[in-house]
Amino acid sequence: MDYERNKQTFIRIQIMSNSKFSNIKEFTRQDYLGRPSTLCRGCGHNSISNMIISACYELEIPPEKFVKFSGIGCSSKSAAYFLERSFGFNGLHGRMPSLAEGALFADTSLKGIGISGDGDTANIGLSQFKHIARRNVPLVYIVENNGVYGLTKGQFSATAEKGLKLKRQGENPYLPVDIAMEALAANASFVARSFAGDTKQVKKLIKAAISHEGIAIIDIISPCVTFNNQDYSLHSYSWGKGHEAPLHELEFVPPRDEITIDDFERGTLREVTMHDGSLILFKKLDRDYDPTNRTEAIRMLEEAIRRNWLVTGLIYIDPSTPNIFEMYSLGKKPLNRLPPDKIRPNKDTLEIINRGFRQ
Amino acid sequence: MNTNFDHKNEFGIIFSTVNGSGSATANNTILKAIFNMGITVSGRNIFPSNIQGMPTWYSMRVSEKGYLGRLEKADILVCSNPEVIQKDINRVNPGGILLVDSAIKMPKISNKCCIYKMPIDQILDECKVPTHLRIYLANMVYVGIIAELINIEIDMIKLVLNQHFMNRKNAVDPNMRVVLYSYEWSKSHISCEKRFLLKVPSKKEDRIIVDGNTAAAIGALYGGLQFSAWYPITPATSIAESLNEYIPKLRFDEENGTTTCIVIQAEDELASIGMVMGAGWAGLRSMTSTSGPGLCLMAEFLGLAYYAEVPLVVWDVQRVGPSTGLPTRTSQGDLSFAYSISHGDTNYIILMPANVKECFEFGWRALDIAEKFQTPVIIMSDLELGMNVWVSNKFEYPDTDINRGKVIWEDGLEELISRGINWGRYLDIDKDGIPYRTIPGNMHPKASYFTRGTGHDEYAHYCEDPEEWERNLDRLRLKLDSAKNFVPVPILTREAGNPIGLISYGSSDMAVNEAVDLFDEDGVSIDYMRIRALPLNKTVDEFILKHEKIFVVECNRDGQMKDILAMRYPQYAARLNSISHLDGLSLSATWIMKEINKHL
Repeated sequence: MDYERNKQTFIRIQIMSNSKFSNIKEFTRQDYLGRPSTLCRGCGHNSISNMIISACYELEIPPEKFVKFSGIGCSSKSAAYFLERSFGFNGLHGRMPSLAEGALFADTSLKGIGISGDGDTANIGLSQFKHIARRNVPLVYIVENNGVYGLTKGQFSATAEKGLKLKRQGENPYLPVDIAMEALAANASFVARSFAGDTKQVKKLIKAAISHEGIAIIDIISPCVTFNNQDYSLHSYSWGKGHEAPLHELEFVPPRDEITIDDFERGTLREVTMHDGSLILFKKLDRDYDPTNRTEAIRMLEEAIRRNWLVTGLIYIDPSTPNIFEMYSLGKKPLNRLPPDKIRPNKDTLEIINRGFRQ
Repeated sequence: MNTNFDHKNEFGIIFSTVNGSGSATANNTILKAIFNMGITVSGRNIFPSNIQGMPTWYSMRVSEKGYLGRLEKADILVCSNPEVIQKDINRVNPGGILLVDSAIKMPKISNKCCIYKMPIDQILDECKVPTHLRIYLANMVYVGIIAELINIEIDMIKLVLNQHFMNRKNAVDPNMRVVLYSYEWSKSHISCEKRFLLKVPSKKEDRIIVDGNTAAAIGALYGGLQFSAWYPITPATSIAESLNEYIPKLRFDEENGTTTCIVIQAEDELASIGMVMGAGWAGLRSMTSTSGPGLCLMAEFLGLAYYAEVPLVVWDVQRVGPSTGLPTRTSQGDLSFAYSISHGDTNYIILMPANVKECFEFGWRALDIAEKFQTPVIIMSDLELGMNVWVSNKFEYPDTDINRGKVIWEDGLEELISRGINWGRYLDIDKDGIPYRTIPGNMHPKASYFTRGTGHDEYAHYCEDPEEWERNLDRLRLKLDSAKNFVPVPILTREAGNPIGLISYGSSDMAVNEAVDLFDEDGVSIDYMRIRALPLNKTVDEFILKHEKIFVVECNRDGQMKDILAMRYPQYAARLNSISHLDGLSLSATWIMKEINKHL
């Protein structure tokens, strides 16, 4: 990296670091890249990484304002392949949520992005997944879902459909876990599903998720080209391309932009206003779907499961649910920047404490 | 037989009741009243893992000499539990007093003690106690009788009850009525010679009475704790509950209406330590509290914290394992596990408080040590220390400033760069094994790094290079080893050049101090060192070198500290004798003496 350029950027960032996010177009797409990916060529995860890079760049949020978390697995490795200028923590298998939950309290102006896989979330990490959802921790929680364990070379995960055959495992005898359904059951305030092959939708959903000030779970079907890409598999490219059924056409409008989308006629659209002033616009496709109706969301998912539909889009959103930070009396200054005298009570207080134990 | 004088302010009382019957209020009232008179008193709650209906004992010791160790027998025993009367009788010292609820059918007795039947029902009738209050007030009968027997000032009882019930007259008055009535009953019915008496000391010292878990929590709040996540488990729960109690008093900014310390009850111990690690990584002083079963679940994360160099503090309030074991009984059984917890080559800084004052001190100091060395610090308390109240000198304000270690913000990183240093998260710039640490929120474009539990180089990049791996792990060993000069040093309670040395740690210190004095009375002089931390520092080297015969006293089956010492000093392993056992009760001075005598 060119240090002189960085230094200038750094000085400017310092000036504006008090405001929540910058609108100044200081950054190039280059500033959001990560290390080169070591995942398989054609892996769905790589295209998701690219969409994270694009979404963050296009939102013009400084890369230092993001903080990344991941668990263990192919998906979790991918957190190194975007946003190298953001802090990141590649933790333990299934334990990404708890790490994120503790870390995000340190500076609530940071935007958390969590990357997990279907094994990481739906097998070993189901408990932490559900609990971070019910606590409404502001975190973009992306599940790169391919139905298979890649790093250990092709075992079934909990999202693998019944009847799926894998080379060394035989036939999967169990029914799958539906991540979006689990998220809804756990009272998640933002639940989406997408398909890695539908990059436009993935990017828009990521943008909407970043602007959501609560848990934002995106279950992205992300085919494993090496171990689970058979045409009949629900997690393959060909199945996704042939069966994707979008709930709506989606547009994300950041707060500073004017709405200039020609194709969309305002008034015929559903819109949801986010806390930061941005808008999510939903254009009706073959049927009207209301993503703010939780009961309808659950019914729709149940139907999709029965009919083997790969339903994509924003399944459920409630921007008004208080997030975990609002449940504590946090000050404006980040906790991790408090000086020692703000975190150690003064000497006089100890005399009062001692007196309380004197009799 | 001893004279009256011998027993003034030196005796033990056991209260044998059924749990869930409200005896805690009665026992606490007696304990606090004695404390308020200026006399050293301690009380151990020996209770079941159950909410109602099982036997529970409260073992109280009055000791002007300041001994806090457990007494195996009692001079006075109050029994209101018919199930255990037979066993309880054998716990009374010859010449002692046994007070039994008159409703209990007495078995045959061979013990030479004075026995009195307390007419509890009759007294409650005569005090006109309403039916719904009888269960709560029944125990106040023995409060009144004991007060009269051992000379507790009635005003003190009233003072304590007023505090307990927050001066609610309708609660205090019925209790006091029963206490006073029973007091009078005792005067006219208990005729034996009163040999176990309290005597108000001429000089009243300014002391406090508090439990170890509360002390730990308050200590942490003075250490600048900012984040704690926890999961309920006996006997550690009251640490987190105390945090919740004291944060509004100590860490709430009235001006802005904001708090500077967050507490979250997690879904399990995996999540508790995960949250605490995330917070520690992101620059918050963080801590969790648990007991053995929870510590087992934290093993994987602790290995990650060791390897990724994340500061955090774990309080392990030990109970009896393996497995669920005896959840409400005490032990020092987690030491070997905690010292090298998680797979691979690891080790940890361990602190071992022996009293409530140290619980407070280690509460704040541990946070400094964790940040200085960028590693987990595990504090080994136990049920004995954590859940019982102890008389202590006052808490002392931290004597050193908060030490955040090598945390660098934008300016600090800029300064390193200006010196021509290409900073990396694991780059050993100062050659002391401790690298510089940036934390999220640092807006410098070069501040970020990718933390991982996988092999990494000095710049935190993924790396499988054999030399890089070994160099990094060697640095970690060096770093941990250098902590020996920074952790609390051992206390040489007595170092008089005796050939026999005694080593102990943690709450076993209570009984050991007494045992050393008892040996003195027998004409056997023993040196005593109490270890307060791992890694072991040079005071331990010297002590082991100087003593030909060493007894390591601890409350576990295998002699875990003895093993750690034998591995550290193989050339002196033959000098080390293990004096250890574990049955759920803390060690007593008489047991320690008996065992050591076998080797002398």
